[in-house]
Amino acid sequence: MQSIQLALPDWLIIATYFLFVLGIGAYLKRFTKDESDFFLAGRRNTAWVSGLAFLSANLGALELLGMTGNTLKYGMYVAHFYWVGAIPAMVFLGVYMMPFYYSSKIKSVPGYLKLRFDEKTRVLNAIAFGVMTLLVSGINLYAMALVLRTFLGWNWDVSMWVSAATVAAYITMSGLLSAMFTEIIQFFLIWFGLFLVAVLGILEVGGVQEVFARVPTAYSALWSTSGNAADNGMLVTWGGVVLGLGFVLSFGYWTTDFLVVQRAMVAKNLRAARQTPILASFFKMAVPFLVIVPGLIAYILSHDPDSGFALLQDGGAVNYDSALPLLVARYYPIGLVGLGITALLAGFMAGQAGNVSAFNTVWTYDIYQALFKKDASSEHLMWMGRAATIAGILISVVTAYWAKSFPSIMDYMQAIFSWVNAPLFATMLLGMFVRWITPSGAFWGLLAGMGSSVALFLAVKFDWIGKSLITLSSVASDMAANFWRAWWAWLICFAVTIGISLLTKRKPDEELVGLVKGLTKEAAAAHVPFFKTPEFYALLSMLAVIALNIYFW
Amino acid sequence: MSDKTVHMKPIWYFVGLMLLSMGSIILLTGVYLYFSGIDYRTVFAELHPNLWWGTVMIVAGALFFFLNRNASE
Repeated sequence: MQSIQLALPDWLIIATYFLFVLGIGAYLKRFTKDESDFFLAGRRNTAWVSGLAFLSANLGALELLGMTGNTLKYGMYVAHFYWVGAIPAMVFLGVYMMPFYYSSKIKSVPGYLKLRFDEKTRVLNAIAFGVMTLLVSGINLYAMALVLRTFLGWNWDVSMWVSAATVAAYITMSGLLSAMFTEIIQFFLIWFGLFLVAVLGILEVGGVQEVFARVPTAYSALWSTSGNAADNGMLVTWGGVVLGLGFVLSFGYWTTDFLVVQRAMVAKNLRAARQTPILASFFKMAVPFLVIVPGLIAYILSHDPDSGFALLQDGGAVNYDSALPLLVARYYPIGLVGLGITALLAGFMAGQAGNVSAFNTVWTYDIYQALFKKDASSEHLMWMGRAATIAGILISVVTAYWAKSFPSIMDYMQAIFSWVNAPLFATMLLGMFVRWITPSGAFWGLLAGMGSSVALFLAVKFDWIGKSLITLSSVASDMAANFWRAWWAWLICFAVTIGISLLTKRKPDEELVGLVKGLTKEAAAAHVPFFKTPEFYALLSMLAVIALNIYFW
Repeated sequence: MSDKTVHMKPIWYFVGLMLLSMGSIILLTGVYLYFSGIDYRTVFAELHPNLWWGTVMIVAGALFFFLNRNASE
């Protein structure tokens, strides 16, 4: 594809975005006085601020390029990532898990593991999370470089370094606060910047009904094609969707990944913290309009020789992730094309900023302070957080090159999540709800879960075992293998944790107060009418997602 | 003046300012393209999306900006 020549208005819009994020970083610096401001955004955020930041931290390259590209590959089935693969877990976090996170006043998810179990479990998780976060951060850089190369013909390396330097600048100035502010800016930019792609695409195809009529049956249903793996585009049965994605991967990500949970943990009070993921769930449900609808439209256009629409080729293979940028170029005139590019840039930069701000917190509190300098002062920790930000950015640039070797972004993401988050969810679930789970059980269970997930990944990748052995199906995609590998990792962690806990010494109950169900004061909603409680909004959210699943059955 | 007395503007103020700025650029571009008659060859160019989408952004931005200009966190 010939690169697009941007006009002055497009450049002005891109420049406005960069001015805003750097300006906000500089403006907030005066309010970033101590480690609490830098790492915890002062713990003063409303549910709306935390909720939109919670959602936006996840709305990076993964959601935009990856999911649109995956819709081209797998069809409507990708909506499972937004509905069954997100909403129940977000609601569960708000209703059941947030009281344990928030009430214990921890600063990170590994911090909870320290209180509930011991130091070694905390450090194991912190190191795994740090590695995962920097790997995922590389995806944002990779995706950003792809957009800039696709649209503007910019040099791959220069694009990554320029964007990384911008993120490093505003995160080192004001930490999590600027990360959250720019995530909310990103939320609005993405909606205003990409909404018209879906609208104009539907208009071109001839209406919503026509969109679904022109894609194969395997690409247009959520559940009716899930009985047999060969009947749906993703080649995964309902069992893989429910157990692997809906239960393990989804709950593992939304309830334990510090990148998103951190946004809820810094809300101003427990009620706001519990509302954070529940409010975000309503917006999460709507995101398919921005990515799945364009994905289906790209599928239709790319199969219509008269449309003049063709996906990019990378080394002879179709580059599915180029679909969304190409649609922006197709529909947006001068001015709007600048907005479309800025929306994509914002998604990538805020996604990277989210990863780096989570990394600097875990590194500083759960690795550096825990292992090397227990008596560090507030000023020293802030200095270390800033240094970790710059180091994290540099490492993520290196990992971006590795991300290029995978056929699509999403496959890469799910592989990483199944290594770290899936077994961690078993540890957290048992830790929060079963009081006799022991520190030794948690540590060895977590290690066994992570180790088995990586081993299964390598065994399939190098053909030591067939994919069908873990997917329980004769046909399976890489995505199906990810779902099932996550399930097995969770199950192994769950079983080993229980087994070892039965043989080892548990912590006394008095040390578990506020950390475990049954030993924690229930979140009382005194003087709050039912329709203002998290439970009420959780109920609405679940009803809405059930209705969506039935409608698109 | 001590920084303690400086109140932080809410994020909605910045959201409003940004939508106003970008919406204005898009609307003005749309007006220019409309009157200049330049053929910019995008699908549905005849609908002049710059004009109405720029207006939508300005209205949304103005609401966020004016409702929050005197507010603080």
